[in-house]
Amino acid sequence: MFVLGAGGHGFNGGDILFQLIMFLLLMFLLRKYAFGPLMGVMKQREEHIANEIEQAEKHHQEAKKLAEEQRELMKKSRQEAQALIEEARKLGEEQKEQIIQAARQEAERLKEAAKKEIAQEKEQAMAALRQQVASLSVLIASKVIEKELSEQDQAKLISEYIQEVGESR
Amino acid sequence: MHHEAPLYTLFGLTFNLANVLMITVTSVIVFVIAVLATRNLAMKPTGMQNFLEWVMDFVKGIIKSNMDWKTGGRFHMLGMTLIMYIFVANMLGLPFSVVIDNKLWWKSPTADPVVTLTLATMVVALSHYYGIKLNGFKEYAKGFVSPMPILFPLKIIEEFANTLTLGLRLYGNIFAGEILLALLAGSLATGVGGTIAAIIPTIAWQGFSIFVGAIQAFIFTMLTMVYMAHKVSHDH
Repeated sequence: MFVLGAGGHGFNGGDILFQLIMFLLLMFLLRKYAFGPLMGVMKQREEHIANEIEQAEKHHQEAKKLAEEQRELMKKSRQEAQALIEEARKLGEEQKEQIIQAARQEAERLKEAAKKEIAQEKEQAMAALRQQVASLSVLIASKVIEKELSEQDQAKLISEYIQEVGESR
Repeated sequence: MHHEAPLYTLFGLTFNLANVLMITVTSVIVFVIAVLATRNLAMKPTGMQNFLEWVMDFVKGIIKSNMDWKTGGRFHMLGMTLIMYIFVANMLGLPFSVVIDNKLWWKSPTADPVVTLTLATMVVALSHYYGIKLNGFKEYAKGFVSPMPILFPLKIIEEFANTLTLGLRLYGNIFAGEILLALLAGSLATGVGGTIAAIIPTIAWQGFSIFVGAIQAFIFTMLTMVYMAHKVSHDH
């Protein structure tokens, strides 16, 4: 027995040819219908993944930039707010000052007016007093005169008075 | 343990019809597996596509360990076809063999030296072809006389030795496995006691044969790429 299988039967040229043709055919068919498309998909996936990574990196970069911008904006707005508060405080201070000033002036004015009024009142009172005194003194005088004035004198006085009135006309 | 081969002569060529049958069956199975696995290709692979992509990457790894991918990429299809074809071929003879009229019909096609040597010769011939194609004839011829011209006869012998060992290693492993399986199933399993005694070693040997078949498919593909790299690489 010849262990190499084909031994003793002559040369198996047909098998060789058949095996060769079948193998090449199989390789061709596999490439066309199975491995070719599979390789395509694998390559596509590779590209897809590379793309995705690139995209992700880009997004990351963008996000970073946005965050930076946001931070900048935040900082700016905080500064602005600070400035606004400062300004408001200053304004308030000013207003306070003004109000106090105004109040003080008002008070001064009121005081002045009150003083003036007091003086006027006093004047008036004085005037009234004076008048009173005058009329009282006249009254007293007239009472006194009434007692000592004779009829003659009285007539004389009246006439004088009338004359005076006529003159003044 | 010797069965006749169903021979048939056509146009002066002798065909072993068992080989023809088994080669066809193997090719069809490989093709069907590959097509079924890649029928619904998706960016997110599932099931069979995952498996086939793993095989692709596996073969890619084999090639990459021998040469750079720019040169080796063209051998990807060859490697894929080789590894799947030889693996399936090795597996076919394991579950059973069919003998009709003392003629062996169902076996591993790789249990025939004609088949394995054909594959080996094809691989070596392809390595020569690509050696000339990629490096030019001068570089290719220089390979036979480097590093010393005195090595020329050895280099010639090496080519034939490569072919023979590549083919016969595969054949030997698979044929031996099938012979032992046939012995266990056919000779030991006579009568009830023999059958019971044969069960465990048969299962064990079948398991081992699956391992051997897978390893041999890997080795064949690996050596193919080694020989290819030897011919197409620039640095010697």
